[in-house]
Amino acid sequence: MLDVKNLKVRVADKEILRGITLSVKAGEVHAIMGPNGSGKSTFARALAGHPGYEVTDGTVTYQGRDLLDMDPDERAREGVFMAFQYPVEIPGVNNAYFLKAALNAKRKHHGLEELDAMDFMALMTEKAKILDVDEKMLQRSVNEGFSGGEKKRNEIFHMAVLEPTLAVLDETDSGLDIDALRIVSQGVNAMRSPDRSFIVVTHYQRLLNYIVPDFVHVLSDGLLVRSGGRELALELEEKGYGWLETAAAGART
Amino acid sequence: MSTATQQIEELANTEYKYGFVTDVEQDIVPVGLNEGTVRLISGKKGEPDWMLEWRLKSFRAWLKMTEPNWQNVHHPPIDYQGTSYYAAPSEKKKLNSLDEVDPEIRAAFDKLGIPLNEQKLLSNVAVDAVFDSVSVATTFRGKLAEMGIIFCSFSDAVKDHPDLVKQYMGSVVPHMDNYFAALNSAVFTDGSFVYIPKGVRCPMELSTYFRINAKNTGQFERTLIIADEGAYVSYLEGCTAPMRDENQLHAAVVELVAHTDATIKYSTVQNWYPGDKNGKGGIYNFVTKRGICKGARSKITWTQVETGSAITWKYPSCILLGDDSVGEFYSVAVTNNYQQADTGTKMIHLGKNTRSTIVSKGISAGKGQNTYRGAVKIGKNATNARNYSQCDSLLLGDRCGAHTFPYLEIKNSTAKVEHEASTSKIGEDQMFYCEQRGISKEDAINMIVNGFCKDVFRELPMEFAVEAQKLLGVSLEGSVG
Repeated sequence: MLDVKNLKVRVADKEILRGITLSVKAGEVHAIMGPNGSGKSTFARALAGHPGYEVTDGTVTYQGRDLLDMDPDERAREGVFMAFQYPVEIPGVNNAYFLKAALNAKRKHHGLEELDAMDFMALMTEKAKILDVDEKMLQRSVNEGFSGGEKKRNEIFHMAVLEPTLAVLDETDSGLDIDALRIVSQGVNAMRSPDRSFIVVTHYQRLLNYIVPDFVHVLSDGLLVRSGGRELALELEEKGYGWLETAAAGART
Repeated sequence: MSTATQQIEELANTEYKYGFVTDVEQDIVPVGLNEGTVRLISGKKGEPDWMLEWRLKSFRAWLKMTEPNWQNVHHPPIDYQGTSYYAAPSEKKKLNSLDEVDPEIRAAFDKLGIPLNEQKLLSNVAVDAVFDSVSVATTFRGKLAEMGIIFCSFSDAVKDHPDLVKQYMGSVVPHMDNYFAALNSAVFTDGSFVYIPKGVRCPMELSTYFRINAKNTGQFERTLIIADEGAYVSYLEGCTAPMRDENQLHAAVVELVAHTDATIKYSTVQNWYPGDKNGKGGIYNFVTKRGICKGARSKITWTQVETGSAITWKYPSCILLGDDSVGEFYSVAVTNNYQQADTGTKMIHLGKNTRSTIVSKGISAGKGQNTYRGAVKIGKNATNARNYSQCDSLLLGDRCGAHTFPYLEIKNSTAKVEHEASTSKIGEDQMFYCEQRGISKEDAINMIVNGFCKDVFRELPMEFAVEAQKLLGVSLEGSVG
C-alpha cells in the first residue's frame, strides 16, 4: 500500500524529517508517536503534499505509484486522506456542498457517475448517523465557528463520506473530550477494512485505547527510533518520552 | 514568490469571452466634441427642442468643469476630442417587430446569450438591447403596456412620454452633478426608461443589455426608472464590449425614483472588456448611479457584480428622503491583471427612521487595485437613522491591492452607524484543505471566492446569480493557487 524510503523533508530551510523508512500494508493501522517537535505532523503533511513541506530526498510509493509526483488533489482523488490537526475554515461555503464537490471530484476521477443531490443527501444522512454528527453542522459553512471538537468530528465525517484507501489522522485526538474521542474512534474503527490502511499520528497513548494499532512507531528528532506492536505505546505511557532523547542522540552520531 | 502566488498568476489568464466584433454597417459621427456634435446627436434622434436645450445647458456646464482626480485610479489623460459620440447600425427604418432586427445584430446578442426573439425567451425577463448608441429592440413591450408599465428606450420615452421625462430627468442626478454626468447629459444617446404605475407589481424582471461594438466610440447611456406609489420593479443591467487595443469611454447615468411604499431593485452585472493581461485597452467606466427614496417606506436596493472594465468609477447611491425608507447596496468588485476599481456607495439619510445596509466585497488578483469608497451621511433631521456597513477584501496573490475609504458624516445624535471591515488572503492553508479533499485548484478558488461573495449573490435574481458566479469564475480563472 505505502512504501516510504529514507524520506527527508525540509520546512522553511530547516530539515525536520531526516530519513524515514516505513512500510504500511493494506488493512494495517500504524500509530506514529513522539514528543512535540519530533516531526509527526510534518510526516503527515508531507504525505498529503502540503506545498510548505519540501521533500529533499527519499521516495514514497503508494499503490505502486510515485506519490511524490502527484499534486495534492490527485493524491486525494487516488484515496489519500488526511484529517487535519487544525481544520481550516472556509466562510460562505456550505459543508455539504463542499463535501459533494469533493466526493464527485473523486468519483469522476475513477470514472464513476457523479452523485446527484438526492443520492448525496441520503449518503450524508447515513454517515452522519454513524458518527453522531448533527445535521445542522452539514448546512453550516465549512468549519466556520465550529468548536475544536466539532472540527475534528467533521474531519472524520469527511473521511467517512470520501472512503479513502489510506487515511492519515494528524493528532485527531487533541482537543477532544472523552465522549467525542469515543465517537471519533468508533467512526474510525467502523471503517477499518482489509483494503484500507490508517496512519494515526498522536502524542498520547490514550487514543490507542480506542483505535488499536497493529504497529507503533516512535519518532524523535526526525527519525523513527523504535518500532513495535501496541505494547510499545503502553511502554511510552509508562516511561514518557524522556528516554528517547538518549536514543535519538545515539542515532545522530 | 511562493508557489501559491505563482499559481494565482497562472490562473488569471483567460481570454475575455465576449470580445468579438459584429460587422454591421454603421452610422458614426466624426470624432470630436463641440456644440455642433451635441446638436447633431439631438438632430439624428429627431428630438424636441426642450431636449436639445437641456443637452446644450449640460454641455456648457461641462466645459467649465474639470475632470475629478480624487479617485484612486491612474490612467493617461482621456482625449475627449478623439472619441466619436454617436454610432448606430445604419438601417434607419422603424422596426415593426423584433423579427426585423438586423440578423447580424441579432446574432451578436444571441452569441451573448440574450435572445431577442420573445418566443425563445425561457426566463421571465423583458429585454431592452442597446447596441452602441441606440436601442435595437425591446421585448415584451406590449404585454407590459397592458398593465400600464412603460418599458422602452430612452429615445422613445422622449417622444412618447415627454411629460414624465421632463418631470424626472435630472431630478436625482442634476445635469451638472459631476464631470461625467454633465458629459453624459450633453451627449447621451440612448438607454432605458421604466415607469411602473401606482400599485403595480412588475411581473417580470426588466433587463437592459448594453453592447459597445463600434471602434473609437464612447457609450453614453441614460436610464431612468420611476416606481410610483406602492409599485415594485426589479431591473437588471448587463454589459459587454469587443476587445480593442485602445481604451473606450463609457459614461452612463442612472436615476431611480421610488415614491411612497415603492420598491426598486437594480442589479448590474458589469463585464465590459477589461483590457488584456498587460493592461492594454479596456473600457473606462465612469458611471453615476443614484436613487431617491422619495416617499415614506420606499426602498431601493443596488446590487452590482463588477468584473469588467479597465477602470471602474461608480458609486450607486441612495438619498433616503422619505421617513422609514430603506437603502441597500450589495457589491462584488473584481480586479485582475491591471484593472482598477474605485467603487462604493453613498447613503444619505434625510428622513426619520431611515435605514441603510452596505455590503461590499472586493476581490483583487494579479496587479489589480480595488478601492472601496463609501459615504454615510446622517442629516440633522434624520432621527433614529441606522446604517450597517461591511467591507471585506480578498487578496489573491501578493501584487494586488485593496483600499478602503469610508466617510461618515453624522449630524444627529440618535443615529446608529456600524462599520466592519476585513481583509483576507486566500491562504495556502485554505487551498491545501480543498485540494486535500480532492478538489482541483480552479474549483477551490471558485468555491472560496463564491463563498466570500455569498452575501451579495443571494441578493441577485436567480438567473443572474448563476451567471454572476460563472462570470466570477471566468474573471479569476488562472488567478490562484
